[in-house]
Amino acid sequence: MTVSNRLRAWYGAHPLHLLLMACCFALAGYAAVQLLTGRPLQVALWFIGGALLHDLVLVPLYSGADLAAQAALARHQHGSEAATPTDPTAAALPTTGFVNHVRVPVFLSLLLLLVWFPLILRRSEPYTGATGFSQDVYLGRWLLITAGVFAASALLLGARLLRRHRRTHPRHPHHRRPHHRRRPRR
Amino acid sequence: MAGEQSDGDPWRSAGRRLRRRAAQPAGTAPPGPFRPGFWRSPIRSPWLTAVFGLVLLLGITVLFVTGLLSYAAYNPGLGAVNDQTPDKGILGFYLFTWPTHPSWLYRLNQGVHVTLGVVLVPVVLAKLWSVIPKLFEWPPARSPAHAVERLSLLLLVGGVVFEFATGILNIQLHYIFPGSFYTLHFYGAWVFIAGFVVHVVLRLARMWRALRSRRLGEVLRTDTAHTRAEPSDEAGPVAASPRAATMSRRGALALTGAGSLALLVVTAGQSIGGVWRRTALLAPHGQSLASGPNGFQVNKTAASVGITADDIGPAWRLRLHGPAGTLTFTREQLLAMPQDAAALPIACVEGWSTDDQHWSGLRLAALAALAGLPHPGSVLVESVERGGSFSTVLLAGNQISNPLSLLALHVNGADLSPDHGYPARVIVPANPGVNNTKWVRDLTFRA
Repeated sequence: MTVSNRLRAWYGAHPLHLLLMACCFALAGYAAVQLLTGRPLQVALWFIGGALLHDLVLVPLYSGADLAAQAALARHQHGSEAATPTDPTAAALPTTGFVNHVRVPVFLSLLLLLVWFPLILRRSEPYTGATGFSQDVYLGRWLLITAGVFAASALLLGARLLRRHRRTHPRHPHHRRPHHRRRPRR
Repeated sequence: MAGEQSDGDPWRSAGRRLRRRAAQPAGTAPPGPFRPGFWRSPIRSPWLTAVFGLVLLLGITVLFVTGLLSYAAYNPGLGAVNDQTPDKGILGFYLFTWPTHPSWLYRLNQGVHVTLGVVLVPVVLAKLWSVIPKLFEWPPARSPAHAVERLSLLLLVGGVVFEFATGILNIQLHYIFPGSFYTLHFYGAWVFIAGFVVHVVLRLARMWRALRSRRLGEVLRTDTAHTRAEPSDEAGPVAASPRAATMSRRGALALTGAGSLALLVVTAGQSIGGVWRRTALLAPHGQSLASGPNGFQVNKTAASVGITADDIGPAWRLRLHGPAGTLTFTREQLLAMPQDAAALPIACVEGWSTDDQHWSGLRLAALAALAGLPHPGSVLVESVERGGSFSTVLLAGNQISNPLSLLALHVNGADLSPDHGYPARVIVPANPGVNNTKWVRDLTFRA
């Protein structure tokens, strides 16, 4: 067995992989020495915290909220189906049809908040003094945008339900060709 | 080789131990997210990850290059006062004298850097979401190679969040990060790019294969009801026991794209200017100060940096230093000299910028000639402002000799306002805003 093969057997990848990694950590180390001058512990915490922020904080929060919303929608749907079996809105759409009408506006609203929270929540102390602008406008704007995307989503859902209702309960069946049906979308 | 069969070889036995552990069934993994059945989204797939990866490969490359250019635009090589990261060592290898043509160069560079960074936030989140099962791989390391590779992912993921967070907080003047923005964002970028480059090298072929594994058109035609998990593959983040889809892959792409579009709409106007500024509803410089000649945006008002009425009152003088000695001028004397004009924007490192403003005043080249140095190598510009990182700056020879470079006294036909640098400010084409010094008091021309 050659030295290179033994290295490969132990290391678990091509020796080039090892060289690439060494190069990567050497460059990162060179920059990290300067990055960590000053307040090394806090900077390291920000860096490592950044690596875990999405996976260990945001994912449990948004996945949990999403599963809860889906469960609530499913319960609501089964409940209304049982109570008013002829209600056209019930069972007209599967749960998945509803849940995205909630998901999308929530996602857009929270995304804008995630990026612009210092201004929206008036957290930026030097802002008004430095720029001469008021920080008070942002909360209202964000709330209006949020209202706008929820309203758009509701309108869209309303239009979808109406279309389904029309399709399943044609008002003037005689005027329609006997087997006329819009082809279901793929 | 003699030691080939020997169990006494510590390298080989260590590798074998790791592989034996790796060969254990995943059933021995701790419960919860480490179990393959935990992650159940049917749309996680190498293809989806590859699409987000491709967007980030292109986008982050542009971010890195515009970031490097932004640092070069400060002309840190001219002297210590221009350099926010003087201990950069070899990381400044690419520096060059920043040009003055075209005059919108810095405006474009910074607008792209900041706006693109903001717009890529949902793509970064989507990419992280698409590969989250890999964080909980069991066993955590299959081999030494796998272990160091995962360590390099710490640089990649920690780095991307660190860079996005410091950048996005800085443009909102929310200085909660631990240190100077320039230090953190510059060195952080190099730590990040080390992880980014190895990730690209190791994953480029896999990304390409995954992209070619499905046709985009076919994915875009598939609705939620017809969305299925991809066949399990060892490398990819495919769910072992997927639940029914509640969103199609095209839906996930559309959702991410809608997030980027929403951020673009409420942000880009602060860099594009004109009527578009009104659409920048959540951007820090989407507002205007007032109507009128001095109504355009400022980085720091006079009051916020402690400029008093006395500093810029009748007692103010401009002092020119050069081989001709020191010459002192009142504002009236400066106004009595022949005036030149230039239409130039203010463009800030924070990404916002103004449309071209109409400045008039004295050419820096004319002032250099007065000081007895018609072709200076640099000029040290000092402000009335006390302290502050940018109260003193060095401009390069090409910046002085450009006929559009002025010591401005007027803007848009009116006296400069105190917030825009009354009695006199520097305005140089393609110069970062903070290097267009306001409330100028001393100009020292050097060979």
